[in-house]
Amino acid sequence: MTFPTVAAGADRHERAQAAPPMVTFEAVTKRYGSAAKSFTALDGVDMTVGRGEITGIIGRSGAGKSTLIRLVNGLEKASSGKVIVDGTEVGRLNDAGLRGLRREVGMIFQHFNLLSSRTAFDNVALPLEIAGLSRAEIKGKVEPLLDLVGLGDKAASYPSELSGGQKQRVGIARALATSPKLLLSDEATSALDPETTQSILALLKQINAELGLTVLLITHEMEVVKTIASHVAVIDQGRIVEQGCTFDVFTAPKHETTRILLSSTLGTSLPEWLRSGLKNEPSAGDRILVRLTFFGATAFQPLTARLVTEIGGDVNILAGAIEEIAGEPFGTLVVSYPAAPEIIDRANRFFAATGLSTEVLGYVA
Amino acid sequence: MSPEMLFGLLWKSLLQTLHMVAVSGLIGSLIGLPIGVFLATSGKDELFPAPKLNYAIGLVVNAARSTPFIIMVVAIIPFTRLLTGTSIGTTAAIVPLTIATVPFFARLVEAAIREIDKGLIEAARAMGATPMQIVFKVLLAEARPAILLAFTMTIVSLIGYSAMVGAVGGGGLGDLGIRYGYQRFMPDVMLAVVIVLIVLVQLVQSAGDALARRFDKRNRKS
Repeated sequence: MTFPTVAAGADRHERAQAAPPMVTFEAVTKRYGSAAKSFTALDGVDMTVGRGEITGIIGRSGAGKSTLIRLVNGLEKASSGKVIVDGTEVGRLNDAGLRGLRREVGMIFQHFNLLSSRTAFDNVALPLEIAGLSRAEIKGKVEPLLDLVGLGDKAASYPSELSGGQKQRVGIARALATSPKLLLSDEATSALDPETTQSILALLKQINAELGLTVLLITHEMEVVKTIASHVAVIDQGRIVEQGCTFDVFTAPKHETTRILLSSTLGTSLPEWLRSGLKNEPSAGDRILVRLTFFGATAFQPLTARLVTEIGGDVNILAGAIEEIAGEPFGTLVVSYPAAPEIIDRANRFFAATGLSTEVLGYVA
Repeated sequence: MSPEMLFGLLWKSLLQTLHMVAVSGLIGSLIGLPIGVFLATSGKDELFPAPKLNYAIGLVVNAARSTPFIIMVVAIIPFTRLLTGTSIGTTAAIVPLTIATVPFFARLVEAAIREIDKGLIEAARAMGATPMQIVFKVLLAEARPAILLAFTMTIVSLIGYSAMVGAVGGGGLGDLGIRYGYQRFMPDVMLAVVIVLIVLVQLVQSAGDALARRFDKRNRKS
């Protein structure tokens, strides 16, 4: 039995390594305040953002993700370490150099940050005016962008006449106006309802695919990373605690923070009544509680039905969910069966033969 | 006093008031605007960081604003004479009115600009805008309705202040009211002056509100 997903994951790693990364963080530290009363927002961050990829940085509020993304376009300066964007070290740029870099790096925001005094058209035109383009050139660029984000008919509308999702679409068109090579997304969907979030994520995915634009996004929503990011970094208290392909990180989380972030979205948390009765050692007549993880090919096989016949004991399904992570199916199932040695033995042989990954959670009476 | 005479006096005084208010309002606001922008953008970690100069200008502005207007009128007479060649009359009165307008309008502009969401400045910086581009394309554009209201408020205040420049022979409606209405016991003149002032202030305020509303796109609903 092979593991097609793991192989696909390795493949992506190789691709990311082939081209030099779009963004590299090398031992980046950011402290705020004076030496006496300083606060460390980022603590020795090492990370890369692959060219043409969508990379997500996830963490709870205050974890340092806003600071991290602002280092990329120089809105914040690192206290030590290097931030390298497409071969240029951001910290070494002077003001003019920094403005040049910012024209090649688009940014979208949680609260859209559109000018209320300008129409959708003029908001998208703003970065082009700043870059000194003529009115005719601006018109030629803005109209296709508004069409791209699906707002061709809203050019003359003011932000107050648009919905949240439409405002973010204007924000995206504005960020793309100067044809950037990198798009930074600062919690771009956090102020939107779930349905609008999905449509904005689909748009970002489409732009990534069609324009080959590298996307770096920060979010506190697992759902966002799961839906569009091919790579993920988990940040906690200013440190990157885990990073890699989204599928690998999410299906086999190694760090506690990742598990906590995941447990709320993937159907892997146990109901309270079950958790409270869990024991570490079995006594006679107890049942063993096992979490089965399906991914890749195993996600589609009728393995649960076979489990019942193979182990010769009754199997009880307690919790479970099928999800899609970075476009690949991923399922978890919490089952219990009698904790008799011969049954456990048969079950383990079955798991090994099918390639199911399992985790013993404990025993219940 | 015959109605024709009263009307003649009122008309002459109204023109004097309009003259003083218009000239000092325009010049004072033109000087006050950049000072207000500077006050709003020169704090620590702001667009033009100069916290010490910001503090110093803030002190001067506060000092000017806390000096009672009638005292300022008298105190700056040497300066007025230097500038206009005379210390009495309508033209001379414009000098203290202008000087009173500058700090008043500057503080209102500062407040209007500080109201703007910091996210807009960040977005403009992220686009590669220079600080000057941010001032003109973001701050002044977004604060325009509030600045128009601030200008209206300044003009209304100036109409009040202009009543005091009778002290240096500035003329105007306030002066008319004091000299005829109060000192000559002519309540009908006083009443006429007050009515003209009320109508004038009302017109200025309505015009300012309408203009500000025209430029305010924040609460449009489709």
